[in-house]
Amino acid sequence: MAGAKPALSPYLNEDHDAFRVQVRRFVERECTPHIDAWEAAGELPRELHRKAADAGLLGIGFPEKLGGVDVPDRFYQQIVVEELARTSAGGLIASLLSHGIASPPLMYAGTPEQQQRFLRPVLAGERIAALAVTEPGGGSDVANLRTRARRDGDHYVVDGQKTFITSGMRADYITLAVRTGEPGLGGVSLLVVEAGTPGFTRSPLQKMGWHCSDTATLYFDGCRVPVSHRIGAENAGFMAIMMNFNNERLMLAAQAWASAQLCYEESLAYARERQTFGKPLLSRQAIRHKLVDMKSRIDAVKAQLDLLTWRVSRGQTPIADLCLLKNLATSTLESVAGEAVQIFGGAGYLRGAKVERVFRETKVLSIGGGASEVMKDLAAKQLGY
Amino acid sequence: MKALVSVKRVVDYNVRVQVKSDGSGVITEGVKHSMNPFDEIAMEEAVRLKEKGKLTEIVAITIGGAKNEETLRSALAFGADRAIHIKEEGDVQPLTAARAFAAALKKEGAQVFFAGKQAIDDDANQTGQMVAALLDIAQATFASKVELDGGKAVVTREVDAGLETLEVDLPAVITTDLRLNEPRYLKLPDIMKAKKKPIETVTFADLGVEKGAALTISKTSAPPKRSKGIMVKTVDELVSALKSKGLV
Repeated sequence: MAGAKPALSPYLNEDHDAFRVQVRRFVERECTPHIDAWEAAGELPRELHRKAADAGLLGIGFPEKLGGVDVPDRFYQQIVVEELARTSAGGLIASLLSHGIASPPLMYAGTPEQQQRFLRPVLAGERIAALAVTEPGGGSDVANLRTRARRDGDHYVVDGQKTFITSGMRADYITLAVRTGEPGLGGVSLLVVEAGTPGFTRSPLQKMGWHCSDTATLYFDGCRVPVSHRIGAENAGFMAIMMNFNNERLMLAAQAWASAQLCYEESLAYARERQTFGKPLLSRQAIRHKLVDMKSRIDAVKAQLDLLTWRVSRGQTPIADLCLLKNLATSTLESVAGEAVQIFGGAGYLRGAKVERVFRETKVLSIGGGASEVMKDLAAKQLGY
Repeated sequence: MKALVSVKRVVDYNVRVQVKSDGSGVITEGVKHSMNPFDEIAMEEAVRLKEKGKLTEIVAITIGGAKNEETLRSALAFGADRAIHIKEEGDVQPLTAARAFAAALKKEGAQVFFAGKQAIDDDANQTGQMVAALLDIAQATFASKVELDGGKAVVTREVDAGLETLEVDLPAVITTDLRLNEPRYLKLPDIMKAKKKPIETVTFADLGVEKGAALTISKTSAPPKRSKGIMVKTVDELVSALKSKGLV
């Protein structure tokens, strides 16, 4: 291993490389051949979650005692995202890894009983978890969420709606943000709601992209949830949600980078093959300049992505930097995916081209997990402006 | 019961192999390598037999330079208990490899020698058979099913006429075919644990093996480029086209 090839990153060692080889193999065999069918079906098969768990992918970053895989840094999660992104189907990442945003609160603040019941089966791929924070009346404004949980003996009675919920149709366990206390950030709690609980219904949403990811609006109407399903202390949910957002933004940035890199590689390969007026497209200066511009922007994103992944791995929480990274990565993706489709020409407008799918799915990354505008406001505030 | 499993480092099956301009071989520098896929199947089978309690120890073995350590680490991540690295640079031909494996098999006192039926680099399909011949032990090649019990192995083989089942006494050589199993994905904890497992380094000299070049490769060339095909409209036209070329 040592000396076998020059190191390309100060952050990665042979373990990362060996792990990436296995993830890539999994994606090539278990995902790529089925993506179109899953996109048409509008959801991922449950079997995929079990296969991914068996391959050791779902538990990365979760504790070993719950069936997870302890990792020394966050690059392992990044590798999973990067390799899944090579399919071009962003919905695959969002939905297969929806526990990546739904389950951390259980990991950090759940009781051992809650972890055994709600986390272990998810890491084993037997159950699906979804996070439900956004409401029809507001997304990032978590402090003012309106879904109400009223205490009634040893239950909460939940009334309200959640929307844009990834894996929302299939999820067995919903990590649900509710108002248990006074208005504002000090009155928010997290509950786990099980599918099938009376008073909990859902309906699917049709989207521009991410077709293989089921997205739902959730309705709670007098839904009784045991108090024992509350994660952490009452009215202490706001911080857990905010911590989760930082993690989500880092992962969304990784997804945006990997999708942009895929667009670049696809366009370069196409430009080599495609002949126009008797010459390869790649010999045209206009195209060559597009490609190097794409590469320089993508590489800049990668440098900042890796640096922040390293910092987060070391326990830092650089909120402003993560917001700006998400914007840098997603705006780069919007530009790179647009150029990629342009290089492909008509072929890039057709279903079947990877760049077509990536292009169609750029907006969700610029909006989800905190819209670019919200990211800028939050960054400015965090920087003390 | 102990098994020895040979694992060869080959150019990855996804790589589009390029012939060197002087025809002396194929380009291997700067090209992705991985474990021979048939050897992965052999490793997987050994690990499954150990999980079923039919084997007690798995020793992976390879021949080659420093980079082969990566292949051994993969074998250890699969579930081999330890590994033997026969450190020799340069081209190793089937007979030389077989001599080395035979010597190691004897030294280890292993009851089963598992190998892929062939390696995807030279497709020689000889080494396993030669090991059996050198040691005068049984061989069951192209295995699509393997059962070990009471000093015997029952092996189903894929042969031209269908499936053949052999019962062989141990020790024996078993070479593995494509449909025997589907190798697992190596998990991160296993990849990490593999780094701590022991690798013993030996040479041909240590094993008393003489390296002999029995074969010389005179030339390596790329397959001829496929020429443009023709479309025929009817079966009759197809038959007469084949007849005119003397193919039927």
